[in-house]
Amino acid sequence: MRYLVSVIDDKDDPGSTDRQPGISAFNERLIAEGYWVFAGGLADTGTATVVDNRGEQAVFTDGPFVESKEYLAGVWVWEAPDLDVALKLAAEASKVCDRKIEVRPFL
Amino acid sequence: MSDVEEAITRAHHDEWARVVAALTRRFGDLDLAEESAAEAFATAVERWRADGVPPNPGAWLTTTAGRKAIDRIRRESKRGDKHREALMTYDDPPEPAGAIDDDRLRLIFTCCHPALAMEARVALTLRLVGGLTVPEIARAFLVQRTAMEQRITRAKGKIKAARIPYRMPSADDLPARVSGVLAVLFLVFNEGYLASGPGTDPVRPGLTAEAIRLTRLIRALLPQDGEVAGLLALMLLIEARRTARVSANGELVALDEQDRGAWDAGLIAEGHRLVRERLAAAAAGVAPGRYQILAAINAVHTSARDIRDTDWSQILALYDQLVRLDPSPIIALNRAVAVAELDGPEVALAIVDRLAEALDGYHAYHATRADLLRRLGRSRQSRAAYDRAIELAGNTGETAYLTRRRDQLQ
Repeated sequence: MRYLVSVIDDKDDPGSTDRQPGISAFNERLIAEGYWVFAGGLADTGTATVVDNRGEQAVFTDGPFVESKEYLAGVWVWEAPDLDVALKLAAEASKVCDRKIEVRPFL
Repeated sequence: MSDVEEAITRAHHDEWARVVAALTRRFGDLDLAEESAAEAFATAVERWRADGVPPNPGAWLTTTAGRKAIDRIRRESKRGDKHREALMTYDDPPEPAGAIDDDRLRLIFTCCHPALAMEARVALTLRLVGGLTVPEIARAFLVQRTAMEQRITRAKGKIKAARIPYRMPSADDLPARVSGVLAVLFLVFNEGYLASGPGTDPVRPGLTAEAIRLTRLIRALLPQDGEVAGLLALMLLIEARRTARVSANGELVALDEQDRGAWDAGLIAEGHRLVRERLAAAAAGVAPGRYQILAAINAVHTSARDIRDTDWSQILALYDQLVRLDPSPIIALNRAVAVAELDGPEVALAIVDRLAEALDGYHAYHATRADLLRRLGRSRQSRAAYDRAIELAGNTGETAYLTRRRDQLQ
């Protein structure tokens, strides 16, 4: 079962920034234990562009698709046998990243 | 009720959770388990009338429900894989039943999984473990039947899609997960004990009885868990006073005005036995949790034959212990009631007034304050506090009680 694991940051109350060594070590472990599929941090929401080409011509809009104080700061994709395993890892991930984590299964 | 009807009612009470849980383990599908169990009980009504009650109703129901499930899978060809899987596991010997590894326990932990909303946990537990129908649960929680159906369907959908496992939590996770289960059962009990909503009976005995039945089940499955024993004792000691708690005209009767002769002596004896068992464990060095302390407080109340015999200093000592465990303003408020008995209403009022900010929206805060002000002869302020308590109280019996107390003020 694959889970999308989103790292959620908060513009009003951001998590600490010096987390990279801990996250790298955590990633090593995810790989060693067979959970790791993919991971990536995301640039600031200000760098996002939304594209809508459902009409006559493509419209490009500066900024993220939803303006909120909480935003997606990075993602993992994990392979885990069930939600309990994913939640246990997510609890660790939240500590390691100093941020909230959303766990969502792929269809 | 005929013997057969009685046997079916009893089997439904005793065996529903076992049948659903066994099918869930075998087929890994909550919907299928629930529907097949319901079909098996419907079949039992016809067959037992014609052929008599089988010697082992539980086994009969589990076997019948298993056949119904396989029929269902056959009918739905898209479930080909599941069909094969089910048939392959058909002759598997059942997993060894360890001390706490029981199908029903796994089912309870699945229904009370922390990834589900509290309301969904309550609804799923009552449906899949308690065997209540969806309309019954909807009525109990004052929501539309369709809304309750959606809530249950969504929760089952999440269990399936997010793959919430059907198994016992690991030993590390067990204490935290058991406390979540107990919270669900206490919520069910409290909704029965102090029912919310206008036009609702003040007490819903069906819900308190169901909560006690399910807690007994958990107790049978986890006999070593002190908080399970504590919650069961707490529920029994509160339930014992149920009939004395509501007057003929539907008004709640406060503890000091209750007819203690109307308390259920059997339930009190059972509750006291459990509390003594936990006291022995505490003496051996096992620190009691909040349900055990609350049960002990209720044991002190139910030991007094007259309100004047109540050992308030012991109650206060227990609240002091509880405050250390759970320093919430609600516990502090309840502790102040014992303080009022020992040190007088003035001392208690000073404690209560410090909780104003945290508890301003809580009816019991204003009701407690109103009572203390009344005892101090500050009628005008007492009346205002009663007004606010009445405004916030959601229980019809409690509203009636508070209104009478307010109107008795000079």
